[in-house]
Amino acid sequence: MSSQVDTTIRGLTEQDYKWGFITTIDEDRAPKGLNEEIIRLISARKGEPEFMLEWRLRALRHWFTLEREKGEPKWANVTYNPIDYQDITYYSAPKQKPVIESLDSIDPEILRTYEKLGIPLDEQKRLAGVAVDAVFDSVSVATTFKAKLAEMGVIFCSFSEAVKNHPDLVKKYLGTVVPYTDNFFAALNAAVFTDGSFVYVPKGVRCPLELSTYFRINAAETGQFERTLIVADEGSYVSYLEGCTAPIRDQNQLHAAVVELVALDNAQIKYSTVQNWYPGDKEGRGGIYNFVTKRGKCAGVNSKISWTQVETGSAITWKYPGCILQGDNSVGEFYSVALTNNRQQADTGTKMIHIGKNTRSTIVSKGISAGYGQNTYRGLVKIMKGATGARNFTQCDSLLIGDRCGAHTFPYIDVRNSSARMEHEASTSRIGENQLFYLRQRGLTTEDAVSMIVNGFCKTVFRELPMEFAVEAQKLLGVSLEGSVG
Amino acid sequence: MSLLEIKDLHASVEGHEILKGVNLTINPGEVHSIMGPNGSGKSTLAQVLARRETYEVTSGEILYQGKNLLEMKPEEAACEGIFMAFQYPVEIPGISNAYFLRSAINAVRKYRGEDEMDAMDFLPVFRESLKLLDMDEKLMNRSVNEGFSGGEKKRNEILQMAMLQPKFAILDETDSGLDIDALRIVANGVNALRSPQRSMLVITHYQRLLNYIVPDFIHVLVDGQIARSGGPELAQELEETGYGWAESETQQALPA
Repeated sequence: MSSQVDTTIRGLTEQDYKWGFITTIDEDRAPKGLNEEIIRLISARKGEPEFMLEWRLRALRHWFTLEREKGEPKWANVTYNPIDYQDITYYSAPKQKPVIESLDSIDPEILRTYEKLGIPLDEQKRLAGVAVDAVFDSVSVATTFKAKLAEMGVIFCSFSEAVKNHPDLVKKYLGTVVPYTDNFFAALNAAVFTDGSFVYVPKGVRCPLELSTYFRINAAETGQFERTLIVADEGSYVSYLEGCTAPIRDQNQLHAAVVELVALDNAQIKYSTVQNWYPGDKEGRGGIYNFVTKRGKCAGVNSKISWTQVETGSAITWKYPGCILQGDNSVGEFYSVALTNNRQQADTGTKMIHIGKNTRSTIVSKGISAGYGQNTYRGLVKIMKGATGARNFTQCDSLLIGDRCGAHTFPYIDVRNSSARMEHEASTSRIGENQLFYLRQRGLTTEDAVSMIVNGFCKTVFRELPMEFAVEAQKLLGVSLEGSVG
Repeated sequence: MSLLEIKDLHASVEGHEILKGVNLTINPGEVHSIMGPNGSGKSTLAQVLARRETYEVTSGEILYQGKNLLEMKPEEAACEGIFMAFQYPVEIPGISNAYFLRSAINAVRKYRGEDEMDAMDFLPVFRESLKLLDMDEKLMNRSVNEGFSGGEKKRNEILQMAMLQPKFAILDETDSGLDIDALRIVANGVNALRSPQRSMLVITHYQRLLNYIVPDFIHVLVDGQIARSGGPELAQELEETGYGWAESETQQALPA
C-alpha cells in the first residue's frame, strides 16, 4: 500500500475513544485484595443465602489452587503484564436509595452517564421494544418492563435479585454449563462476581422483547465480574443483547465475566453482544482486559443456541462463546466480528462440542486488524463418538488494513465419529489501494470507503444481529476504525 | 473555456518516468481518443487524470474547469465531475450494487451541497440506466462486481457513468475483454451519454472500439508523448499501418 494510504490509515486509526468520561458518585467499595473475608463481605453485602456463599468459597479455594499450580492460561496469542490479583477492588457499588420504583429515584449523575452513552432509559424504550437491565459497575440500578414480562412468566432481573427471589432456579442451573472448575477466570468469577443478569423463559413462551443489558465499568481499578444465566425452558424462545462501553482509565482493568445459557427441548436462545470497552490509547496504555467465559448448552432435543458478537473494544479480548450440543438434532451457531486497531489484541473464537445425534454447528468468523492490532481466531469443533450424523461448517475470514497488523487462525478439529461432515473455509485479504481508489473515484472519502468495505466484509454476521442493533454495530465499526482506512 | 488543459505533463510510477511531456486540450462536448502501443503511457494518463496517488506527477500542469486538478484528491475530482470507467473494476463483497451506486451519487450530491437522493428518486433513474445497458435488475442486488463476467463488469462501469452524469468521462480500455455483442452494448451506452455538456477521453489499444464510438479527435501516444493527432480517419490508418512507424520513429529519436 502506498505511503499516503498508510498515512491516511494512521490518521483514521488514531482517533480518540469517544466514550471516555468518569462519573462522580459516592461509592461503597471493599478494600483491595482477594481472600475469604472479601468473599464473605461480598456475599453479606448482597444478602445471599448460604448456598451461594458456600459455592463462592469453593470457587475461591479452587482458584487459589490453580493460581499456585499453573497460574493464568498461557496458550492464548496475547501478551500483557502480569496481573496482581491482590491489587484489585472486588466490590464497589454506587451508594443510592435501596429500592427503585421509577427512574426519578436514580442518581441523576448515573442517568447523565447513560445519556452520554446513548442508552435510552426512559419510556421511549418501551416503544422501541427494548427492556433494559442496566448494570452500573457492579450493581443493577434499573430494570424496566419487568411487569410486562412477568405477565408472561418471563423472569428478567439482576442476578442478585434472582438469588434472593428465585433461589431454586439459580441453584438448579448455576455452574451447570460453566462450572467454577472450568478455567482460571471462570473460577475467579464464581468467587467474586457481584452482579449480572438472570433470565428464565417458561415452557412454550416466546419472549416478546429483545432483552438487553448494558454494562459499564466506572469505578477506577475495579474489576468487573458479571455473571449471566439464561434458561430457556421447553419450547421457548428468547433473544438477548449485551452491549458495553467503558470510560477512559489509565490502569488496566480486568473484566472476567461468565455467561451460561441453557436451552431445554425445542428451545431457542439468541445471544448477541456488542462489545466496546475502552481499548487503551494509541500506544497501548490502559484499556480493558476482557477475559470472558461464555458457553451455552443445548441440553434438549431440537434446541438451538446462537451467538453473535461484535467485538470492537478492549485492550485484550480472550473469549470463546461455545455450544455443547447435547440434545439430538440440536444446533449451535457462532457469528463473530472482531476488530483490533492500534495496539489491541484479540484471541477469540468458539467451541462446538457435538454430543447428540444429527447435531449441527455453523461458525462464521470475521476478523479485522488495523494499526498494530493482532487478531486471532481460535476455534474447536469436536465430534464425540455418539454424535452420529454431526455436521459443521466453518468460515474464517481475516481482513487486514495497513501493513503493521496481524491475523492468525488456529482451527482445531477433533472428530471421533466417521459419519461426521466437516467443512472449513478460510480467507485472508487486505483492503487494497485499488479497492480504495475505486470507491474514491466514485466520490467517497477514504473513511467512507474503508467503512463500506469493512461493512461489506461483515455483512453475513451483521445480518444475524437484531435489526435495531445491526445499524448500531455498523456505526460502532465505523467509529472504531476512524483514522484507519477502515 | 476549455474543460481540460494538460500542459507538459510528466509523471512517474515507482520512480520510472512514464509520461514525458503530454500536451492536450479538451473542450466541452468533445470526444477524444488516446491510442498507442502497450506501455506508451495511456493508462498512466488516465490514472493521473483520476488523481490516483500511486502515480506521481513530477512536472507540468492540468487545469480542469480552470482549477488546478493536481491539487485535488480522487474523491474531489470525482465530485467535480470526473469519472473513470476502470479497465479492471474491483469487487466489493457484501455491498450491493444498488447501495453502492446510491452512496456514490449521494457523496457527489453532498459535495455539491445538494439534498440526498432517496430511494424513490433513485429507482426510476436507475431502471432507465439498466435498460440502456441491457442489464438485469437482479444484478443490482448482487455485491459490486462480485462474480460478474468481464462483460457485466464493463457494462456496470457505464451504468455508473450514466447514473453519475459526469462532465468528463475517462474510458480506460473499456473494450478489453469484450466480445462483439458486449462491445456494441457498451458503445451504445456510451454514445447515448454523449452530449454538448459532456467530454470524454476514450483510451484504447485497438481501432475496433472507435468504429462504434467515433471520436472527434484521435491522439497517438508513443513513449509518453503525443506523437500524432488527427481526426477519426487516423484510426483507420493505424489499423492498416499499426504502431510500428511510431515505435521506429522514437527509436530513431533516441541518442545513439
